[in-house]
Amino acid sequence: MNPDIQDGKTCPITARHIKVALVGQPNVGKSMLINSVSNAHLHVGNFSGVTVDKTEVLFDYDDYHFTVVDLPGTYAFTDYTIEERVTHSYLCDEDYDIIINVVDSTNLEKNLQLTSELLTMNKKIVLALNMSDEAQKEGIEIDSKYMSELIGLPCVKVSAVTKEGVDELIKTVVSKYESTKNDVKLVFSEAVEEEIDKIVTFLQKHKYQAKNSYRNVAINLLKNNKSTYLKIHDNPIWTELQPIIVEAIKHIELHHDSDDIKEAFAEEFASFNRGILAEVVTQKNVVEEKTLTEKIDSILIHPLFGIPIFLFFMWSLFQLTFELGAIPMDYIDGFFGWFGDVVGSTITNDDVRSLVVDGIISGVGAVVLFVPNIIILFVGIALLESTGYMSRVAFLLDGFFHKFGLHGQSFIPLVTGFGCSIPAYMSARILKNDRDRLLTLFIISFMSCGARLPVYVLFAGAFFSPEMAGNILFAIYISGAMMGLIAAKVLKLTAFKGADEPFAMEMPKYRLPSVKLIWHTVLTKTLMYLKKAGTFIAGASMLIWFLSTYPKNLELEKEYTSKIEAVKSEAQKHSLENEWNEQQLEQSYLGSIGKLSEPLFTPLGFDWKMSVALQAGLAAKEVVVSTLGVLYAVGGDVDAKNDSLVNAISKNIPFASAVSFIVVIMIYLPCLAASIVFTREAGGIKYFFYLLLFTSITAYSMAFIAYRVALLF
Amino acid sequence: MRSVYECSIGDKVKVKKINAPTELKQRLLSFGVIKGATVEVLGQAPRKKTIEIKVSKMRIGIRSEEAQMIEVEDI
Repeated sequence: MNPDIQDGKTCPITARHIKVALVGQPNVGKSMLINSVSNAHLHVGNFSGVTVDKTEVLFDYDDYHFTVVDLPGTYAFTDYTIEERVTHSYLCDEDYDIIINVVDSTNLEKNLQLTSELLTMNKKIVLALNMSDEAQKEGIEIDSKYMSELIGLPCVKVSAVTKEGVDELIKTVVSKYESTKNDVKLVFSEAVEEEIDKIVTFLQKHKYQAKNSYRNVAINLLKNNKSTYLKIHDNPIWTELQPIIVEAIKHIELHHDSDDIKEAFAEEFASFNRGILAEVVTQKNVVEEKTLTEKIDSILIHPLFGIPIFLFFMWSLFQLTFELGAIPMDYIDGFFGWFGDVVGSTITNDDVRSLVVDGIISGVGAVVLFVPNIIILFVGIALLESTGYMSRVAFLLDGFFHKFGLHGQSFIPLVTGFGCSIPAYMSARILKNDRDRLLTLFIISFMSCGARLPVYVLFAGAFFSPEMAGNILFAIYISGAMMGLIAAKVLKLTAFKGADEPFAMEMPKYRLPSVKLIWHTVLTKTLMYLKKAGTFIAGASMLIWFLSTYPKNLELEKEYTSKIEAVKSEAQKHSLENEWNEQQLEQSYLGSIGKLSEPLFTPLGFDWKMSVALQAGLAAKEVVVSTLGVLYAVGGDVDAKNDSLVNAISKNIPFASAVSFIVVIMIYLPCLAASIVFTREAGGIKYFFYLLLFTSITAYSMAFIAYRVALLF
Repeated sequence: MRSVYECSIGDKVKVKKINAPTELKQRLLSFGVIKGATVEVLGQAPRKKTIEIKVSKMRIGIRSEEAQMIEVEDI
């Protein structure tokens, strides 16, 4: 909990709270504007029930305590994306005092469309004409005073970049908050005004009780606003009112030569806005030349060079993520090893020490290990997003991904999946549409993550010559990705059946990224990862540790301790220790589970050791190799290049079984940490069970086919 | 009948009608693709899968399927 919020709650009674809803279309610099308020404190959370970040900004001004809720950007009240739904329902149902509507001064015509919708809500509104510095540069002069008079709400010129006008904006909010006057002027064409008058007269005659003004109720009824309908629907006047509205809508639609009332209103709003702008905006030097954005676009989304340029960016990002990220990873790994030793040496009880060192510390260490990767990747993604390049990527790649039922933006999470599934699941948030996002989440695990590489290297090394092994690896990765795309198509045709989601997205102006904003996004995401995944992973690694350590067999311990003491050479001691570990694991709970589940895996050609390794891999894919090492009695301290393990595997595992083992590794559930992140991002535990079912069934059947085919050779 | 899809890069045309399903129509309307608005075709992705248009200073990317739903006429 942020201490400043606590302060806010215990403020003197004389101070007043003003709760502000910050609304605007996407890419108008809303977040940046509120970040430019000095002495502001950020409070980040989620809107209840959805994975949409909710940022609250708290600050004091004079005797007022401000709480500003930064609502997700929305073009209109269309409920198309989760963000739009969040904003719409917040504006309609939540308790707040005043709206700050942020608009882009350089494109008022488009931005005022949302403003006109806000005007029908009977709320106090202050209009922030943001990017006024940019507008000035482009020769756009806005008479904000006249504009305030015309629309009937205060309009303030501000700039988030130069911080100009920010103070005045807050002052205006205060005076608007204190004033009781609120007469917005939204004027429609004669036809619409006529119908509004009819409905208002009707409401007056029947003394209808409403919080909103009669005029706004009438407008909302005509616009087919659901909540207004629901409110009036149970009122006895409805039976009389309904035919009037139906007639009115027909009349308006006829007037606009359209069969869609919303289209008619969009046109009404547009012409109202054009009227206002004609009065208040003067555009100097109207010479139309290509804007900088269009010049950049002509290179970055060039039909020929666009994709290679993008691929180069992605390649650089991944190089950075995994090369640069590897440097601190070694230190982190070393630190947790050292920390484990230090803590271990202070604990005398063997069981407790093993739990703390091997269970908790190494488990948590494994989580922290990925933090550098996550930070670098998210800085990269935040850069791509805040500069405006991300929508170009979607534009370029949509053609290919659409074939498989995916979206152009699915590319980013899918490619990230080759590194690690956790950031991949998290980056799927860039997909604004529910169905697109879910579908992408479901196939991310088909992209083989870095942790699976050691398993592939081990098996490729065991069954193929070194020259061939590289090709085999490549084939594994490619066929995994292919299966993912096919799986997407299958899911799209079955579970996610339905009309294609349309692709219509703004390609915003290119902008230089704001360091403060990127820092803030990355920090939030990283902390969220550490907090949420960290606690679960610590728990899960304790569970795996417990299952593989207990029950302890004291006789076995005695037998081997005496055996080890009996032999002299180090090599013999070592091999005895390995044998002991193997026997211990075999009779542990994990071993029992492996034996119990053996019949299930026999059709795939696995023995109990392979079954155990697979199940341990549910915790983390790194564990597969070390478990195999223990099970084939060459010691747990092995890596993929260990010759004795490679030999043991090529000796003990038939080729066909190895093929089906690899196929399962490719497809089945990624590690536990990733599963937890998946569950959170997908929005419910039921999706985890869907994923479990989907990946298990696919893995099982594909492995079965692969096994049978491989047996023929 | 001519749609945005048939226009070539650099063309400036006027929106005549939007023949899209409700959801998409809403989306386009909220972007300012309204009857009477001027649309400029800025560019296209490989094999014309997606098209970039400009409406009142705003650039929008749409699929070719969607571009076919926006009926236009010369200014």
